[in-house]
Amino acid sequence: MPDRVVLYEAAPGMHAGRHRLAGLASVLGLLLVWEGLSRVGWVPPLFLPPPSSVLVEAGRMLMSGELVRHLAVSLLRIGLGFVLGAASGTAVGLVLGASRLAEAVGNPLIAATYPIPKIALLPLMVLWLGIGEAPKVAMIALGVFFPVAINTYAGVRDTETLMVKAATSLGASRSQVLTKVVLPSALPVILAGYRLGAGVALLLVVSAEMINATAGIGFLILHAGDLMLTAKLVVGLVVLSLLGLASTWGLRAVEGYLVPWRDDFRS
Amino acid sequence: MRVRVEGLSKTFLDRRGHEIEALHDVSLTLEGGEFVTVLGPSGCGKSTLLHILAGLLPPTRGRVVFDDVPDGARVSSVVFQEHALFPWRTVLGNVAFGPEVRGVPAPEREARARRLVELVGLQGFEDRYPRELSGGMRQRAAIARALAVEPALLLMDEPFSALDAQSRSLMQFELLGLWERTRLSILYVTHQIQEAVLLGDRVVVMTRRPGRVLTVRPVGLSRPRDEQTLLTPAFAALVDECWQLIKQDARAALVDA
Repeated sequence: MPDRVVLYEAAPGMHAGRHRLAGLASVLGLLLVWEGLSRVGWVPPLFLPPPSSVLVEAGRMLMSGELVRHLAVSLLRIGLGFVLGAASGTAVGLVLGASRLAEAVGNPLIAATYPIPKIALLPLMVLWLGIGEAPKVAMIALGVFFPVAINTYAGVRDTETLMVKAATSLGASRSQVLTKVVLPSALPVILAGYRLGAGVALLLVVSAEMINATAGIGFLILHAGDLMLTAKLVVGLVVLSLLGLASTWGLRAVEGYLVPWRDDFRS
Repeated sequence: MRVRVEGLSKTFLDRRGHEIEALHDVSLTLEGGEFVTVLGPSGCGKSTLLHILAGLLPPTRGRVVFDDVPDGARVSSVVFQEHALFPWRTVLGNVAFGPEVRGVPAPEREARARRLVELVGLQGFEDRYPRELSGGMRQRAAIARALAVEPALLLMDEPFSALDAQSRSLMQFELLGLWERTRLSILYVTHQIQEAVLLGDRVVVMTRRPGRVLTVRPVGLSRPRDEQTLLTPAFAALVDECWQLIKQDARAALVDA
Protein backbone atom coordinates (compact mmCIF):
# COMPACT_ATOMS: atom_id res chain seq x y z
CA MET A 1 0.00 0.00 0.00
CA PRO A 2 1.37 3.43 -0.88
CA ASP A 3 1.15 5.71 2.12
CA ARG A 4 0.02 8.62 0.04
CA VAL A 5 -2.24 8.85 -3.00
CA VAL A 6 -2.25 12.11 -4.91
CA LEU A 7 -5.53 12.17 -6.79
CA TYR A 8 -5.13 15.65 -8.22
CA GLU A 9 -2.22 17.98 -8.25
CA ALA A 10 -3.11 21.51 -9.28
CA ALA A 11 -0.86 22.45 -12.15
CA PRO A 12 -0.85 25.29 -14.64
CA GLY A 13 -2.84 23.80 -17.49
CA MET A 14 -3.97 24.99 -20.88
CA HIS A 15 -5.89 28.23 -20.57
CA ALA A 16 -8.45 29.63 -22.96
CA GLY A 17 -5.83 32.06 -24.28
CA ARG A 18 -3.49 29.22 -25.12
CA HIS A 19 -6.26 27.37 -26.90
CA ARG A 20 -6.92 30.42 -29.02
CA LEU A 21 -3.20 30.58 -29.87
CA ALA A 22 -3.31 26.90 -30.80
CA GLY A 23 -6.20 27.60 -33.17
CA LEU A 24 -4.31 30.43 -34.84
CA ALA A 25 -1.20 28.28 -35.10
CA SER A 26 -3.11 25.48 -36.85
CA VAL A 27 -4.41 27.85 -39.55
CA LEU A 28 -0.97 29.41 -40.03
CA GLY A 29 0.59 25.94 -40.12
CA LEU A 30 -1.75 24.80 -42.86
CA LEU A 31 -0.94 27.91 -44.95
CA LEU A 32 2.80 27.37 -44.46
CA VAL A 33 2.67 23.69 -45.47
CA TRP A 34 0.55 24.61 -48.49
CA GLU A 35 2.99 27.37 -49.50
CA GLY A 36 5.93 25.04 -49.01
CA LEU A 37 4.44 22.23 -51.10
CA SER A 38 3.80 24.68 -53.94
CA ARG A 39 7.29 26.20 -53.76
CA VAL A 40 8.97 22.80 -53.83
CA GLY A 41 6.89 22.04 -56.88
CA TRP A 42 5.04 19.00 -55.53
CA VAL A 43 1.69 20.63 -56.25
CA PRO A 44 1.32 22.31 -59.65
CA PRO A 45 -0.06 25.88 -59.31
CA LEU A 46 -2.77 25.05 -61.83
CA PHE A 47 -4.26 22.58 -59.33
CA LEU A 48 -3.61 24.63 -56.23
CA PRO A 49 -1.75 27.94 -56.33
CA PRO A 50 0.26 28.86 -53.22
CA PRO A 51 -1.32 31.22 -50.65
CA SER A 52 1.08 33.97 -51.70
CA SER A 53 -0.23 34.08 -55.26
CA VAL A 54 -3.83 33.85 -54.00
CA LEU A 55 -3.08 36.90 -51.89
CA VAL A 56 -1.56 38.73 -54.83
CA GLU A 57 -4.57 37.83 -56.98
CA ALA A 58 -6.94 39.03 -54.23
CA GLY A 59 -5.11 42.37 -54.12
CA ARG A 60 -5.31 42.73 -57.90
CA MET A 61 -9.06 41.92 -57.89
CA LEU A 62 -9.64 44.39 -55.08
CA MET A 63 -7.81 47.19 -56.90
CA SER A 64 -9.63 46.56 -60.17
CA GLY A 65 -12.99 46.57 -58.40
CA GLU A 66 -13.82 43.12 -59.72
CA LEU A 67 -14.06 41.56 -56.25
CA VAL A 68 -16.24 44.32 -54.86
CA ARG A 69 -18.61 44.11 -57.82
CA HIS A 70 -19.19 40.36 -57.46
CA LEU A 71 -19.37 40.57 -53.68
CA ALA A 72 -21.93 43.39 -53.80
CA VAL A 73 -24.18 41.42 -56.16
CA SER A 74 -24.05 38.32 -53.93
CA LEU A 75 -24.54 40.30 -50.72
CA LEU A 76 -27.61 42.02 -52.13
CA ARG A 77 -29.16 38.66 -53.05
CA ILE A 78 -28.31 37.15 -49.66
CA GLY A 79 -29.45 40.22 -47.77
CA LEU A 80 -32.82 40.55 -49.52
CA GLY A 81 -33.48 36.83 -49.41
CA PHE A 82 -32.47 36.54 -45.76
CA VAL A 83 -34.59 39.45 -44.61
CA LEU A 84 -37.66 38.24 -46.53
CA GLY A 85 -37.21 34.64 -45.39
CA ALA A 86 -36.40 35.44 -41.78
CA ALA A 87 -39.31 37.90 -41.42
CA SER A 88 -41.89 35.57 -42.96
CA GLY A 89 -40.43 32.53 -41.17
CA THR A 90 -40.61 34.26 -37.79
CA ALA A 91 -44.18 35.40 -38.40
CA VAL A 92 -45.37 31.99 -39.59
CA GLY A 93 -43.53 30.21 -36.75
CA LEU A 94 -45.15 32.48 -34.16
CA VAL A 95 -48.63 31.88 -35.57
CA LEU A 96 -48.06 28.11 -35.78
CA GLY A 97 -46.84 28.01 -32.19
CA ALA A 98 -49.55 30.26 -30.78
CA SER A 99 -52.65 28.85 -32.47
CA ARG A 100 -53.73 25.22 -32.45
CA LEU A 101 -55.78 25.70 -35.61
CA ALA A 102 -52.81 27.22 -37.48
CA GLU A 103 -50.66 24.37 -36.16
CA ALA A 104 -53.11 21.75 -37.48
CA VAL A 105 -53.32 23.45 -40.87
CA GLY A 106 -49.72 24.57 -41.27
CA ASN A 107 -47.61 21.71 -39.93
CA PRO A 108 -48.52 19.18 -42.67
CA LEU A 109 -47.83 21.83 -45.32
CA ILE A 110 -44.39 22.54 -43.89
CA ALA A 111 -43.64 18.85 -43.44
CA ALA A 112 -44.51 18.24 -47.10
CA THR A 113 -42.53 21.13 -48.59
CA TYR A 114 -39.53 21.30 -46.24
CA PRO A 115 -37.69 18.23 -47.65
CA ILE A 116 -37.53 19.70 -51.19
CA PRO A 117 -33.96 20.89 -51.79
CA LYS A 118 -34.56 24.57 -52.40
CA ILE A 119 -32.17 24.73 -55.36
CA ALA A 120 -34.63 22.45 -57.19
CA LEU A 121 -37.16 25.28 -57.02
CA LEU A 122 -35.00 27.60 -59.11
CA PRO A 123 -36.47 26.56 -62.51
CA LEU A 124 -39.98 27.06 -61.15
CA MET A 125 -39.01 30.43 -59.71
CA VAL A 126 -37.57 31.44 -63.09
CA LEU A 127 -40.84 30.40 -64.77
CA TRP A 128 -42.84 32.44 -62.30
CA LEU A 129 -40.62 35.45 -61.81
CA GLY A 130 -38.57 35.59 -65.00
CA ILE A 131 -34.80 35.68 -65.14
CA GLY A 132 -32.89 38.27 -63.14
CA GLU A 133 -32.70 38.88 -59.41
CA ALA A 134 -36.25 37.97 -58.35
CA PRO A 135 -36.07 34.17 -58.73
CA LYS A 136 -32.72 33.97 -56.90
CA VAL A 137 -33.90 36.15 -54.04
CA ALA A 138 -37.16 34.21 -53.81
CA MET A 139 -35.33 30.89 -53.65
CA ILE A 140 -32.96 32.13 -50.93
CA ALA A 141 -35.93 33.51 -49.01
CA LEU A 142 -37.59 30.09 -49.18
CA GLY A 143 -34.40 28.43 -48.01
CA VAL A 144 -34.15 30.77 -45.01
CA PHE A 145 -37.88 30.58 -44.31
CA PHE A 146 -37.95 26.91 -43.30
CA PRO A 147 -35.27 26.70 -40.60
CA VAL A 148 -36.46 30.02 -39.15
CA ALA A 149 -40.15 29.01 -39.15
CA ILE A 150 -39.40 25.58 -37.67
CA ASN A 151 -37.13 26.98 -34.95
CA THR A 152 -39.55 29.79 -34.09
CA TYR A 153 -42.39 27.28 -33.83
CA ALA A 154 -40.30 25.04 -31.57
CA GLY A 155 -39.23 27.98 -29.41
CA VAL A 156 -42.81 29.14 -28.95
CA ARG A 157 -44.01 25.61 -28.14
CA ASP A 158 -41.27 25.23 -25.54
CA THR A 159 -42.40 28.28 -23.57
CA GLU A 160 -42.89 27.10 -20.00
CA THR A 161 -46.54 27.07 -18.96
CA LEU A 162 -45.44 28.33 -15.55
CA MET A 163 -44.17 31.57 -17.18
CA VAL A 164 -47.48 32.00 -18.99
CA LYS A 165 -49.41 31.35 -15.77
CA ALA A 166 -47.27 33.85 -13.87
CA ALA A 167 -47.87 36.54 -16.49
CA THR A 168 -51.59 35.81 -16.65
CA SER A 169 -51.92 35.95 -12.87
CA LEU A 170 -50.26 39.39 -12.96
CA GLY A 171 -52.90 40.62 -15.39
CA ALA A 172 -51.26 40.17 -18.80
CA SER A 173 -53.65 39.84 -21.74
CA ARG A 174 -53.27 37.15 -24.41
CA SER A 175 -51.40 39.47 -26.76
CA GLN A 176 -49.19 40.71 -23.90
CA VAL A 177 -48.36 37.11 -23.02
CA LEU A 178 -47.33 36.62 -26.64
CA THR A 179 -45.11 39.71 -26.90
CA LYS A 180 -43.74 39.89 -23.35
CA VAL A 181 -43.40 36.20 -22.46
CA VAL A 182 -43.54 33.86 -25.45
CA LEU A 183 -41.38 36.00 -27.73
CA PRO A 184 -38.47 36.63 -25.31
CA SER A 185 -38.63 33.05 -24.11
CA ALA A 186 -38.37 31.77 -27.69
CA LEU A 187 -35.77 34.35 -28.77
CA PRO A 188 -32.63 32.22 -28.28
CA VAL A 189 -34.12 29.42 -30.39
CA ILE A 190 -35.33 31.91 -33.03
CA LEU A 191 -31.83 33.38 -33.28
CA ALA A 192 -30.37 29.88 -33.67
CA GLY A 193 -32.80 29.53 -36.59
CA TYR A 194 -31.36 32.72 -38.10
CA ARG A 195 -27.86 31.25 -37.89
CA LEU A 196 -29.02 28.11 -39.70
CA GLY A 197 -30.81 30.30 -42.24
CA ALA A 198 -27.67 32.35 -42.90
CA GLY A 199 -25.78 29.16 -43.74
CA VAL A 200 -28.53 28.07 -46.12
CA ALA A 201 -28.53 31.51 -47.78
CA LEU A 202 -24.82 31.28 -48.52
CA LEU A 203 -25.22 27.79 -49.98
CA LEU A 204 -28.14 28.82 -52.16
CA VAL A 205 -26.67 32.07 -53.47
CA VAL A 206 -23.57 30.24 -54.72
CA SER A 207 -25.67 27.45 -56.26
CA ALA A 208 -27.98 29.89 -58.01
CA GLU A 209 -25.09 31.95 -59.32
CA MET A 210 -23.44 28.86 -60.73
CA ILE A 211 -26.60 27.88 -62.58
CA ASN A 212 -27.81 31.16 -63.92
CA ALA A 213 -25.97 34.44 -63.40
CA THR A 214 -23.50 36.87 -64.89
CA ALA A 215 -22.15 38.20 -61.63
CA GLY A 216 -21.70 37.17 -58.00
CA ILE A 217 -19.18 35.08 -56.07
CA GLY A 218 -20.68 31.81 -57.34
CA PHE A 219 -20.39 33.02 -60.93
CA LEU A 220 -16.84 34.22 -60.25
CA ILE A 221 -15.79 30.79 -58.99
CA LEU A 222 -17.42 28.88 -61.84
CA HIS A 223 -16.08 31.27 -64.47
CA ALA A 224 -12.55 31.19 -63.04
CA GLY A 225 -12.72 27.40 -63.06
CA ASP A 226 -13.73 27.34 -66.72
CA LEU A 227 -10.77 29.57 -67.60
CA MET A 228 -8.45 27.57 -65.29
CA LEU A 229 -7.65 30.74 -63.33
CA THR A 230 -7.15 28.75 -60.16
CA ALA A 231 -5.87 31.65 -58.02
CA LYS A 232 -9.01 33.61 -58.80
CA LEU A 233 -11.12 30.58 -57.98
CA VAL A 234 -9.43 30.20 -54.59
CA VAL A 235 -9.97 33.91 -53.86
CA GLY A 236 -13.69 33.23 -54.36
CA LEU A 237 -13.55 30.31 -51.92
CA VAL A 238 -11.73 32.40 -49.30
CA VAL A 239 -14.34 35.14 -49.66
CA LEU A 240 -17.09 32.56 -49.06
CA SER A 241 -15.31 31.31 -45.97
CA LEU A 242 -15.00 34.86 -44.65
CA LEU A 243 -18.67 35.54 -45.44
CA GLY A 244 -19.71 32.49 -43.46
CA LEU A 245 -17.53 33.47 -40.52
CA ALA A 246 -18.74 37.07 -40.60
CA SER A 247 -22.41 36.05 -40.58
CA THR A 248 -21.85 33.66 -37.67
CA TRP A 249 -19.93 36.25 -35.66
CA GLY A 250 -22.40 38.99 -36.52
CA LEU A 251 -25.39 36.92 -35.43
CA ARG A 252 -23.60 35.88 -32.24
CA ALA A 253 -22.99 39.53 -31.44
CA VAL A 254 -26.68 40.24 -32.04
CA GLU A 255 -27.50 37.30 -29.77
CA GLY A 256 -25.21 38.57 -27.04
CA TYR A 257 -26.95 41.93 -27.24
CA LEU A 258 -30.52 40.65 -27.40
CA VAL A 259 -30.15 37.70 -25.02
CA PRO A 260 -28.01 39.05 -22.19
CA TRP A 261 -29.74 36.83 -19.62
CA ARG A 262 -28.07 33.71 -20.99
CA ASP A 263 -24.36 33.19 -20.55
CA ASP A 264 -23.92 29.71 -21.97
CA PHE A 265 -23.67 30.34 -25.70
CA ARG A 266 -20.16 31.69 -25.58
CA SER A 267 -18.51 29.20 -23.26
CA MET B 1 -62.09 42.92 1.72
CA ARG B 2 -63.47 39.42 2.11
CA VAL B 3 -63.14 36.32 -0.03
CA ARG B 4 -65.98 33.81 -0.07
CA VAL B 5 -65.29 30.39 -1.54
CA GLU B 6 -68.63 28.67 -2.01
CA GLY B 7 -69.12 25.01 -2.88
CA LEU B 8 -66.12 24.66 -5.17
CA SER B 9 -65.73 21.36 -7.00
CA LYS B 10 -63.28 20.54 -9.75
CA THR B 11 -63.29 17.43 -11.91
CA PHE B 12 -60.50 16.61 -14.32
CA LEU B 13 -60.41 14.04 -17.09
CA ASP B 14 -57.33 11.84 -16.97
CA ARG B 15 -55.63 10.46 -20.08
CA ARG B 16 -57.99 7.52 -20.35
CA GLY B 17 -60.97 9.83 -20.10
CA HIS B 18 -61.87 8.84 -16.54
CA GLU B 19 -63.21 11.58 -14.32
CA ILE B 20 -61.04 12.48 -11.33
CA GLU B 21 -62.53 14.69 -8.69
CA ALA B 22 -59.77 16.91 -7.34
CA LEU B 23 -61.95 19.14 -5.17
CA HIS B 24 -65.31 18.35 -3.63
CA ASP B 25 -67.62 21.04 -2.25
CA VAL B 26 -64.96 23.26 -0.72
CA SER B 27 -66.26 26.31 1.12
CA LEU B 28 -64.35 28.80 3.24
CA THR B 29 -64.22 32.49 3.98
CA LEU B 30 -61.12 34.64 4.24
CA GLU B 31 -61.27 37.94 6.06
CA GLY B 32 -59.19 40.94 5.04
CA GLY B 33 -55.73 40.96 6.62
CA GLU B 34 -55.92 37.31 7.54
CA PHE B 35 -53.13 34.77 7.01
CA VAL B 36 -54.74 31.43 6.20
CA THR B 37 -52.73 28.30 5.52
CA VAL B 38 -54.09 25.32 3.61
CA LEU B 39 -52.58 22.05 4.78
CA GLY B 40 -52.97 18.70 3.11
CA PRO B 41 -51.07 15.67 1.87
CA SER B 42 -50.03 15.48 -1.77
CA GLY B 43 -53.00 14.98 -4.04
CA CYS B 44 -55.49 16.81 -1.83
CA GLY B 45 -56.23 19.41 -4.48
CA LYS B 46 -54.76 22.33 -2.54
CA SER B 47 -52.87 23.59 -5.60
CA THR B 48 -56.05 23.21 -7.65
CA LEU B 49 -57.87 25.37 -5.10
CA LEU B 50 -55.16 28.01 -5.35
CA HIS B 51 -55.25 28.01 -9.16
CA ILE B 52 -59.02 28.49 -9.11
CA LEU B 53 -58.67 31.41 -6.68
CA ALA B 54 -55.99 32.90 -8.96
CA GLY B 55 -58.39 32.85 -11.91
CA LEU B 56 -56.13 30.45 -13.78
CA LEU B 57 -58.54 27.50 -13.70
CA PRO B 58 -62.34 27.55 -13.92
CA PRO B 59 -64.12 25.39 -11.31
CA THR B 60 -66.58 22.68 -12.34
CA ARG B 61 -69.09 23.82 -9.72
CA GLY B 62 -69.27 26.61 -7.17
CA ARG B 63 -67.99 30.17 -7.13
CA VAL B 64 -65.45 32.54 -5.63
CA VAL B 65 -66.57 36.01 -4.59
CA PHE B 66 -64.27 38.89 -3.66
CA ASP B 67 -66.17 41.51 -1.63
CA ASP B 68 -65.03 45.13 -1.26
CA VAL B 69 -61.87 44.98 -3.37
CA PRO B 70 -60.10 48.38 -3.12
CA ASP B 71 -60.01 50.51 -6.26
CA GLY B 72 -57.05 49.82 -8.54
CA ALA B 73 -56.12 46.61 -6.76
CA ARG B 74 -55.99 43.30 -8.54
CA VAL B 75 -58.07 40.63 -6.82
CA SER B 76 -55.18 38.24 -6.45
CA SER B 77 -51.66 37.37 -7.53
CA VAL B 78 -49.56 34.27 -7.07
CA VAL B 79 -46.14 33.26 -5.75
CA PHE B 80 -45.48 29.88 -7.33
CA GLN B 81 -43.66 26.83 -6.03
CA GLU B 82 -40.74 27.30 -8.36
CA HIS B 83 -39.82 30.93 -8.62
CA ALA B 84 -41.34 31.41 -12.10
CA LEU B 85 -39.45 34.67 -12.56
CA PHE B 86 -38.92 35.72 -16.17
CA PRO B 87 -35.27 34.83 -16.85
CA TRP B 88 -34.99 37.56 -19.51
CA ARG B 89 -35.88 40.33 -17.06
CA THR B 90 -33.82 41.73 -14.24
CA VAL B 91 -35.18 41.76 -10.68
CA LEU B 92 -36.53 45.26 -11.24
CA GLY B 93 -38.00 44.30 -14.63
CA ASN B 94 -39.71 41.28 -13.09
CA VAL B 95 -41.20 43.29 -10.24
CA ALA B 96 -42.40 45.97 -12.67
CA PHE B 97 -44.07 43.43 -14.97
CA GLY B 98 -47.53 43.55 -13.38
CA PRO B 99 -47.83 47.35 -13.36
CA GLU B 100 -46.38 47.40 -16.89
CA VAL B 101 -49.06 45.14 -18.41
CA ARG B 102 -51.72 47.09 -16.54
CA GLY B 103 -50.57 50.32 -18.15
CA VAL B 104 -48.92 52.07 -15.20
CA PRO B 105 -46.58 54.78 -16.58
CA ALA B 106 -42.87 53.89 -16.57
CA PRO B 107 -41.60 56.29 -13.85
CA GLU B 108 -44.40 55.32 -11.49
CA ARG B 109 -43.99 51.58 -11.94
CA GLU B 110 -40.24 51.84 -11.51
CA ALA B 111 -40.65 53.76 -8.27
CA ARG B 112 -43.14 51.16 -7.09
CA ALA B 113 -40.83 48.32 -8.10
CA ARG B 114 -37.90 49.90 -6.25
CA ARG B 115 -40.01 50.29 -3.12
CA LEU B 116 -41.01 46.63 -3.21
CA VAL B 117 -37.49 45.42 -3.95
CA GLU B 118 -36.47 47.23 -0.80
CA LEU B 119 -39.42 45.82 1.15
CA VAL B 120 -38.26 42.26 0.45
CA GLY B 121 -34.62 43.14 1.17
CA LEU B 122 -33.21 42.92 -2.35
CA GLN B 123 -31.80 46.44 -2.65
CA GLY B 124 -28.54 46.34 -4.57
CA PHE B 125 -29.75 43.43 -6.69
CA GLU B 126 -32.19 45.39 -8.90
CA ASP B 127 -30.20 44.83 -12.07
CA ARG B 128 -29.38 41.15 -11.56
CA TYR B 129 -30.93 38.44 -13.67
CA PRO B 130 -32.72 35.58 -11.86
CA ARG B 131 -29.96 33.08 -12.68
CA GLU B 132 -27.56 35.29 -10.72
CA LEU B 133 -29.62 34.96 -7.52
CA SER B 134 -29.86 32.27 -4.85
CA GLY B 135 -33.10 30.35 -4.43
CA GLY B 136 -34.15 32.43 -1.44
CA MET B 137 -33.47 35.70 -3.24
CA ARG B 138 -35.45 34.52 -6.25
CA GLN B 139 -38.46 33.82 -4.06
CA ARG B 140 -38.13 37.26 -2.47
CA ALA B 141 -38.18 38.77 -5.96
CA ALA B 142 -41.21 36.62 -6.80
CA ILE B 143 -42.99 37.94 -3.70
CA ALA B 144 -42.16 41.53 -4.65
CA ARG B 145 -43.45 40.88 -8.17
CA ALA B 146 -46.72 39.49 -6.85
CA LEU B 147 -47.13 42.46 -4.47
CA ALA B 148 -46.53 45.00 -7.25
CA VAL B 149 -50.08 44.57 -8.56
CA GLU B 150 -51.41 45.43 -5.08
CA PRO B 151 -53.42 42.22 -4.77
CA ALA B 152 -56.41 42.08 -2.44
CA LEU B 153 -55.35 38.47 -1.79
CA LEU B 154 -51.82 37.08 -2.07
CA LEU B 155 -51.79 33.41 -3.06
CA MET B 156 -48.72 31.37 -2.18
CA ASP B 157 -48.28 27.86 -3.58
CA GLU B 158 -45.64 26.12 -1.42
CA PRO B 159 -43.31 29.01 -2.21
CA PHE B 160 -40.37 27.79 -0.12
CA SER B 161 -40.59 24.06 -0.78
CA ALA B 162 -37.75 24.12 -3.32
CA LEU B 163 -35.37 25.79 -0.86
CA ASP B 164 -32.95 24.03 1.46
CA ALA B 165 -34.16 23.61 5.04
CA GLN B 166 -32.23 26.54 6.49
CA SER B 167 -33.21 29.01 3.77
CA ARG B 168 -36.79 27.83 4.08
CA SER B 169 -36.81 28.51 7.82
CA LEU B 170 -35.30 31.97 7.34
CA MET B 171 -37.76 32.83 4.60
CA GLN B 172 -40.70 31.79 6.78
CA PHE B 173 -39.69 34.32 9.42
CA GLU B 174 -39.06 36.96 6.74
CA LEU B 175 -42.55 36.36 5.41
CA LEU B 176 -43.95 36.72 8.93
CA GLY B 177 -42.11 40.02 9.28
CA LEU B 178 -43.42 41.20 5.92
CA TRP B 179 -46.94 40.25 6.93
CA GLU B 180 -46.64 42.11 10.25
CA ARG B 181 -45.63 45.25 8.34
CA THR B 182 -48.23 45.01 5.57
CA ARG B 183 -51.13 42.99 7.04
CA LEU B 184 -51.80 41.45 3.67
CA SER B 185 -54.52 38.86 3.14
CA ILE B 186 -52.62 35.67 2.38
CA LEU B 187 -53.71 32.19 1.40
CA TYR B 188 -50.69 29.92 1.80
CA VAL B 189 -50.75 26.34 0.53
CA THR B 190 -48.34 23.82 2.05
CA HIS B 191 -47.94 20.15 2.94
CA GLN B 192 -45.62 21.02 5.83
CA ILE B 193 -47.41 20.97 9.16
CA GLN B 194 -44.94 23.13 11.11
CA GLU B 195 -45.04 25.76 8.39
CA ALA B 196 -48.84 25.79 8.29
CA VAL B 197 -49.07 26.24 12.08
CA LEU B 198 -46.22 28.75 12.37
CA LEU B 199 -47.57 31.09 9.68
CA GLY B 200 -51.33 30.87 9.81
CA ASP B 201 -54.09 32.54 11.80
CA ARG B 202 -56.13 29.51 10.78
CA VAL B 203 -55.12 26.19 9.27
CA VAL B 204 -57.49 24.71 6.71
CA VAL B 205 -56.86 20.96 6.85
CA MET B 206 -57.80 19.12 3.66
CA THR B 207 -58.39 15.46 2.92
CA ARG B 208 -56.99 13.42 0.10
CA ARG B 209 -58.71 12.93 -3.24
CA PRO B 210 -61.28 14.24 -3.60
CA GLY B 211 -60.05 17.26 -1.67
CA ARG B 212 -62.51 18.33 0.99
CA VAL B 213 -62.15 20.65 3.96
CA LEU B 214 -61.68 18.29 6.91
CA THR B 215 -61.53 21.03 9.50
CA VAL B 216 -60.49 24.64 9.96
CA ARG B 217 -58.28 24.95 13.03
CA PRO B 218 -57.70 28.44 14.52
CA VAL B 219 -54.08 28.93 15.61
CA GLY B 220 -54.11 30.72 18.93
CA LEU B 221 -50.37 31.42 19.05
CA SER B 222 -49.63 35.04 19.86
CA ARG B 223 -48.06 37.38 17.29
CA PRO B 224 -45.53 38.49 16.36
CA ARG B 225 -44.16 34.97 16.10
CA ASP B 226 -40.46 34.18 16.02
CA GLU B 227 -38.00 31.33 16.62
CA GLN B 228 -39.21 31.07 20.22
CA THR B 229 -42.69 30.22 18.97
CA LEU B 230 -41.33 26.94 17.62
CA LEU B 231 -40.27 25.93 21.13
CA THR B 232 -43.61 26.50 22.90
CA PRO B 233 -45.74 23.52 24.03
CA ALA B 234 -48.77 25.12 22.38
CA PHE B 235 -46.99 25.00 19.01
CA ALA B 236 -46.01 21.36 19.48
CA ALA B 237 -49.54 20.43 20.51
CA LEU B 238 -51.04 22.10 17.42
CA VAL B 239 -48.54 20.42 15.12
CA ASP B 240 -49.35 17.06 16.65
CA GLU B 241 -53.07 17.68 16.37
CA CYS B 242 -52.76 18.47 12.66
CA TRP B 243 -50.53 15.45 12.12
CA GLN B 244 -53.11 13.15 13.71
CA LEU B 245 -55.70 14.63 11.32
CA ILE B 246 -53.77 14.02 8.12
CA LYS B 247 -51.70 10.97 9.11
CA GLN B 248 -54.07 8.46 7.53
CA ASP B 249 -54.23 10.38 4.27
CA ALA B 250 -50.47 10.96 4.17
CA ARG B 251 -49.91 7.19 4.56
CA ALA B 252 -52.36 6.52 1.74
CA ALA B 253 -50.60 9.07 -0.46
CA LEU B 254 -47.33 7.23 0.13
CA VAL B 255 -48.78 3.95 -1.16
CA ASP B 256 -50.39 5.13 -4.40
CA ALA B 257 -48.43 8.01 -5.78
